[in-house]
Amino acid sequence: MSGAASNGDLLVVDSLVKHFPVRKGVFSLPVGAVRAVDGVSFSIPRGKTLSLVGESGSGKTTCGRAILRLIEPTSGTVRFDGIDVTALPKRELRQIRKRMQIIFQDPYGSLNPRMTVHSMLTEILRVHRLTQRANRRDRVLELLDLVGLPPESADRYPHEFSGGQRQRLGIARALAVEPDLIVADEPVSALDVSIQAQILNLLEDLQEKLNLTYLFIGHDLSVVRHISDFVAVMYLGRIVEYGATEDIFERTTHPYTRALMSAVPVPKPGSKQERIVLAGDVPSPMRPPSGCHFHPRCADAQPSCASTDQTLTQVAPGHCVACHIHAPKA
Amino acid sequence: MNAVREIPAAEAPPKRARKQGYWRLVTRQFRKRKQAVVSSFLLLFLAVLALSAPFLAGEKPIYCVYQGQSYWFPNVIPYKALVSVDWSRWEPGEGERAVRPPIPHAPERSNLRNRVGAPDRVHWFGTDDRGRDVLSRVIWGTRISMTVGFVATGISIFIGVILGSLAGYYGGIIDAIVLRIIEIVLCFPVFFLILAVMAFLPPSIYNVMIVLGLFGWTSAARLVRGEFLKLRDSEFAMAARASGLRDFRIIFRHIFPNALSPVLVAATFEVATAILTESSLSFLGFGVPPPTASWGELVSQSQLYLHRGAWWLVTFPGIAIFITVTAFNLVGEGLRDAMDPRLRQ
Repeated sequence: MSGAASNGDLLVVDSLVKHFPVRKGVFSLPVGAVRAVDGVSFSIPRGKTLSLVGESGSGKTTCGRAILRLIEPTSGTVRFDGIDVTALPKRELRQIRKRMQIIFQDPYGSLNPRMTVHSMLTEILRVHRLTQRANRRDRVLELLDLVGLPPESADRYPHEFSGGQRQRLGIARALAVEPDLIVADEPVSALDVSIQAQILNLLEDLQEKLNLTYLFIGHDLSVVRHISDFVAVMYLGRIVEYGATEDIFERTTHPYTRALMSAVPVPKPGSKQERIVLAGDVPSPMRPPSGCHFHPRCADAQPSCASTDQTLTQVAPGHCVACHIHAPKA
Repeated sequence: MNAVREIPAAEAPPKRARKQGYWRLVTRQFRKRKQAVVSSFLLLFLAVLALSAPFLAGEKPIYCVYQGQSYWFPNVIPYKALVSVDWSRWEPGEGERAVRPPIPHAPERSNLRNRVGAPDRVHWFGTDDRGRDVLSRVIWGTRISMTVGFVATGISIFIGVILGSLAGYYGGIIDAIVLRIIEIVLCFPVFFLILAVMAFLPPSIYNVMIVLGLFGWTSAARLVRGEFLKLRDSEFAMAARASGLRDFRIIFRHIFPNALSPVLVAATFEVATAILTESSLSFLGFGVPPPTASWGELVSQSQLYLHRGAWWLVTFPGIAIFITVTAFNLVGEGLRDAMDPRLRQ
């Protein structure tokens, strides 16, 4: 994973940092910063899916938004198809947005309640001059068909749809510009289980059909396992383990990842599984613990963990772990 | 044919039976508030009154036959042949005829032989100190008051929306500047400020509207700013940004329609305030220049004659101001309650 810019990578993120300053007092002077994303690096090969997993507040969503520059990153670089997105001026950024899209978690809040589906989609087509005026209606119907919605949906308002249908609308909007990369920010966690499966299958089929690359953000590990090729586990703004889906799920190494895995229910009656319950709460990202961020809650912690900064170390080809106990440097 | 088709659209397509749009809901809630509904009909009535003033009150006929020629609507169309006719004295000659408005008195036509006359069958609301018909002046005054109310509000809402949305959307230094301007404007006692400005300007109804508009935008700006602060980080605004839309489009096509409702309520109250302020200005002699009739000016003229018992001079324009301002306020309250989901009935 380090030595990132191998040729097949569509997205290369290098030490991405997003700090939210915390201001106080009459003059709003910064008194500290929430380190939402604290030096994250990964890459995604074209046509593949990388999942970012972690509990609430681990910086997954911020990371996804910072990559698209919906939030300005504090530092670090994002290379998309060889283009440094973080350095683009506003005008060119609007152009590149044609190729990088996002699907939001909340299918209720992410659609403008005052616009019909038709006007929402045609606006995008018009702004990017993607389709001739005469063909726009056809293109809208095509997009709706692509996400499995009936053509009558075009003239309706978002509130007339159910949660799953709205998420399909969100996907249609992302597809309107024919993107290469889609950041899917917990696209199914607001939906109930039967609808989740539909949306996940839809995402997979679209990936195959349109050769899409996904950055999938999620916390439901069974969903993540189902959809991803690679998984990166985040804790307090940093990646603690990274690897192919199989590595992460079968050869779990980092103590935090192991705790996460133990929380996944096993669909086998009678099978006993040791549940690792983490002590304490997630520390404040304003004042993260010294050394390894995870050490105050880690069962295997040694005194050295509090003083040593962890770096991702390769334990097997393509499988990296940030833990000097379980993945000692060679 | 393709994999996507195989995924069943398990959910039924959305029903179209009852279109439950946001405004539909607001209308239904609004209808449940009797005072507000009655008030909105009152306002409609006043608007009709203002628009049809030349057909209700005035000395120029609606239709006439003059020197063998027939004319339609000389009261609104300035025919060249009729320019020299003094309609107050005109008597139909042979074959001539005129259909006058139901109140055949022009608001500016004085009659010194009938000064401060009590209401009677000719002058239903009495006459003022120059013998002018009060009813006619009240009706024409509706025009002035309504125009001032709406134009002044229009100006202040326009300024408020622009500054408020820029401040709320961009935040930072722009926000700070706009907030400081708002605070400066709010620090002045607005009425005296307007009074002072009007003292330097030539008396004209346009100046009244512009000045009222220029000092009344702060509440709209603050409301819009608040809504924008809330909505600019909403996911649909972020989605619009992710789609590569320009800020201008995001502000006015995506966020503004969703920030509209509180502005509408504020505008309703603003109209009432503007009408009241115009009346006060005219009462103090800084408003609409004579002989134009405006409600405040009518009340103002009545002062000198109250001790003689000329109650009609103050009562009728006073009632007109009261009804209009109350109706606007009630409609505003009704709208506000109808849009507030916590007050659903």
